[in-house]
Amino acid sequence: MTEVARKPRRFPLSTAIPLALLLLFVFLSIAGPWLWGTDAETSNVAVADQGISSAHWMGTDDLGRDVLARTLVATRSSLVLAVLATIVGGCAGVALGLLSAVSRRLGRLIDGAIGLLLAFPALLLAIFFAVLFGIGSVGSVLAVGAAFAPGFARITQTLTASVISKEYVEASRVLGKRPLYLTFRHILPNIGEPVILYSTIHIGTAVLALSGLSFLGLGVQPPSYDWGRLLNEGLTRIYTNPGVGIAPSIAIVLAGLTFNMVGERLSDILGGRTAAPPKLPSKQRGLDPAPARAETTGTTGELVEVRNLRVVYHTVDGVTTPVRDVSFSIAPGEKVGIVGESGSGKSMTASAVARLIDTPGRVEARTLRFLDADLLGHGTEVDRHLGRNMSVVFQDPGEALNPAIKIGTHLVEPSVIHQREPKPAARRKAIKALGSVAISDPARRFRQHQHELSGGMKQRVCIAIGLMGEARLIIADEPTTALDVTVQRQILRLINDIGEMTGAGLLFISHDIAVVSELCDRILVMYAGFVVEEARTADVFTSPAHPYTAMLLAASPDMDTDKSRQLPTIDGRMPGPGVDLPGCYFAARCPRADVTCTESAPPLRTLAEGHRVACWHPLTGAGAAGDDELTGVEAKI
Amino acid sequence: MANLSVENLRVRYGAATVVRGVSFDVADGSVVGLVGESGSGKTTVARAVVGLAGSSGAIRIGETDLNACSARQARRVRRKVQLVFQDSRSSLDPRFTVEQCVLEGIDRSEFRRRADASRRVAELLEMVSLDPGLARSRPGNLSGGQRQRVAIARALAARPDVLIADEVTASLDVSVQAVVINLLRELQAELGLTMVFISHNFALVRYMCDDLAVLFNGRIVEHGSVDEVISAPEHPYTRSLLAAIPEVGRRRLLSDSAAEATAIGDRPAVGGCDYRLRCPVGPVAHADREICRTDDPVTEAGGRLHQAGCHFAHRKDGAGVPA
Repeated sequence: MTEVARKPRRFPLSTAIPLALLLLFVFLSIAGPWLWGTDAETSNVAVADQGISSAHWMGTDDLGRDVLARTLVATRSSLVLAVLATIVGGCAGVALGLLSAVSRRLGRLIDGAIGLLLAFPALLLAIFFAVLFGIGSVGSVLAVGAAFAPGFARITQTLTASVISKEYVEASRVLGKRPLYLTFRHILPNIGEPVILYSTIHIGTAVLALSGLSFLGLGVQPPSYDWGRLLNEGLTRIYTNPGVGIAPSIAIVLAGLTFNMVGERLSDILGGRTAAPPKLPSKQRGLDPAPARAETTGTTGELVEVRNLRVVYHTVDGVTTPVRDVSFSIAPGEKVGIVGESGSGKSMTASAVARLIDTPGRVEARTLRFLDADLLGHGTEVDRHLGRNMSVVFQDPGEALNPAIKIGTHLVEPSVIHQREPKPAARRKAIKALGSVAISDPARRFRQHQHELSGGMKQRVCIAIGLMGEARLIIADEPTTALDVTVQRQILRLINDIGEMTGAGLLFISHDIAVVSELCDRILVMYAGFVVEEARTADVFTSPAHPYTAMLLAASPDMDTDKSRQLPTIDGRMPGPGVDLPGCYFAARCPRADVTCTESAPPLRTLAEGHRVACWHPLTGAGAAGDDELTGVEAKI
Repeated sequence: MANLSVENLRVRYGAATVVRGVSFDVADGSVVGLVGESGSGKTTVARAVVGLAGSSGAIRIGETDLNACSARQARRVRRKVQLVFQDSRSSLDPRFTVEQCVLEGIDRSEFRRRADASRRVAELLEMVSLDPGLARSRPGNLSGGQRQRVAIARALAARPDVLIADEVTASLDVSVQAVVINLLRELQAELGLTMVFISHNFALVRYMCDDLAVLFNGRIVEHGSVDEVISAPEHPYTRSLLAAIPEVGRRRLLSDSAAEATAIGDRPAVGGCDYRLRCPVGPVAHADREICRTDDPVTEAGGRLHQAGCHFAHRKDGAGVPA
């Protein structure tokens, strides 16, 4: 390992600038009156109405007071009023928003009022309320607060609506908790973060609004002053002495910008977004230890050949390896299944074969070949090759189809792009493809959108998309997990039929070993990024060699499971992608593990023809020994 | 402990009636399974029973009908029916600690001192085989199985008579699923819980339940003891569900097509038998079976064990004589 992703700097510029400005304003609010109070208050008619000079950087006002000093001193009143106004508006708005989201009766009424008030510009509302609440500091704070309330109410309402439908709130209701409890224990803590961010940004807006009111003479009254008041006093002389306008203007703009930036940055940090994605180490990391653990079979003429595949992610938190060492091949027309629990790396493996791993992920392999294309290479030629010869079916057909685009476009697009086919021909082909996945009335479905189809239909469309090219390989990643069993059965049949019709190979990924065993010729069992067992389907369940495979088979009850017995279980968790172990990754959970297992990694070795296992103490084949609970389990199956 | 009895339950969402007259009984200390495809209304039944969805019809816990008693009484009795949700990621407040989650279920008037309540939490965590040392961690730091056990502990904290488990293992890996299922079975037997077990996984339902109700389009189409329904399914819908279960080593999904429904994806029919458009023994396959178009075979009364709402349920090939 030459270079690990560098940690980002503690204070990137995007954090440092708003932070520095914020500190400056806080400092000015606290120390301003104390440092420049006398300069700001002492009138000296002798120097009245002076322009910009070295003695008075921003000139003096009509009583000879230093404009810069007055601007700096006014920071305190301007910002304190702005913060107060935001608090007033925030409290009123949050209360209204909560009420409208929680109460069924009042809800619609308040909702209507919020909508109406939001239709007016905030400043206009503020002026209206200022007249209502009376002129002066208190009146203007209340007015700006009232003008902000609808915005706060709306954001609270939206956030609350999303929290209130969460199951933890429902669980609380089932436990007999009352609305007040729900509000204070569940809703407020969970909407707090975004509301506080919204408030921070609004302090900036409040500075502007309050300055506006003071400028119009509705806000702070003399002898008190804030930036708006200063601007108001200086306006008549702006042409003779620009300083009286410039100084408070700069202050207002800077304050507004500062709070906006602070808010934005805060939300970035809390949302886990960094300023820039971490740079990947530029040097290609060598393929260290992992490779050469599998025996090379040296077969040729395979559709897909994967040797020592590894998928590495370099993130801010460090390096993770969701796929550690995977080798397999798929012959033309062969149906291969990958089974594993979540986190086993099965989907990543499929994505790597489909070239769908994006930065910050990186695919490393000794061999990663599809037909005669090297998938480790670059260039659009390879992508075009994949687009034509490989089709991918995902778990959630609703997500795979763009809701704004017609079903037909999804089908036609790849042919037009990858095969440069004329549109009318592609259209005819698409309708035929829809027909061949047993979709009724394909010409009508062609013009529909995805929301008009059921889940099973959508998955059929996804499969039909694959039929548009001359797919030599179909990768199906949990294609039936989101579907009902009866629909699952149809989709499995469809995938099988299409495989037989087109002669395409199949890589089928699932967490359900039963589903895989119904369809596939050969099964790979994955655990913690490794292939731990590979065997013909029949061998997997008659003689599983890896203890993990035996556990997978036994843990899930079937229609013959003895109801009087407990389901066999194993303790522990699968090691995550960030863990680096010297030995077998299953050892900690394995009843057969010994010192060898924890100290050295078992290679994927051949037990019998077509049966490979990565285990020091396999349950069957050469080296299988003794009776224990696992061999018992396996015998039961 | 008490039995749960649901009678002619109806739930409407806006203009759509999602549950259309469901009746079933769960005897004290027994487990009834609800199976059916998505949209069949099984989750809605659960939500109605615990009061998360407004419903009409009777929901009786022991002697009390929750839909016909005062709000005060309903609030008290409702605590006796608890629901465990499918996704433990969203059913636990991410800002709560494990202890706070479980504490939420405890009736605080039961314990005078906070320490006693904490002791009860530790007891409950032990009951679901969770390390009490996890009490201070947050749900985000737990595994899916651990989270689901916290959710079960929270439900048990309310000392329920009836526990509804709605797809509790659907988002778990098989190795973890086995742990949760073993735990539920143990707790059910130990505490004598009356239980409704909702799942799309027939094998799990068979393993967990005494009785079974099959839902289609918001109604129960077949109802009986688990063994009877599975060994001799009468309704063609039940048969198509059973025929679609993938099983290790059987390899029959791709070959056997006898019980396959004809056109899945079609909306349920209106008037007559609502399953007829998909039914392999109905008028789609046998044009002469006029009665399926005209008469609704599902009776809403329920109660009698092992009955199926089908005109041609009597024989396996569906070639029976209409009742």
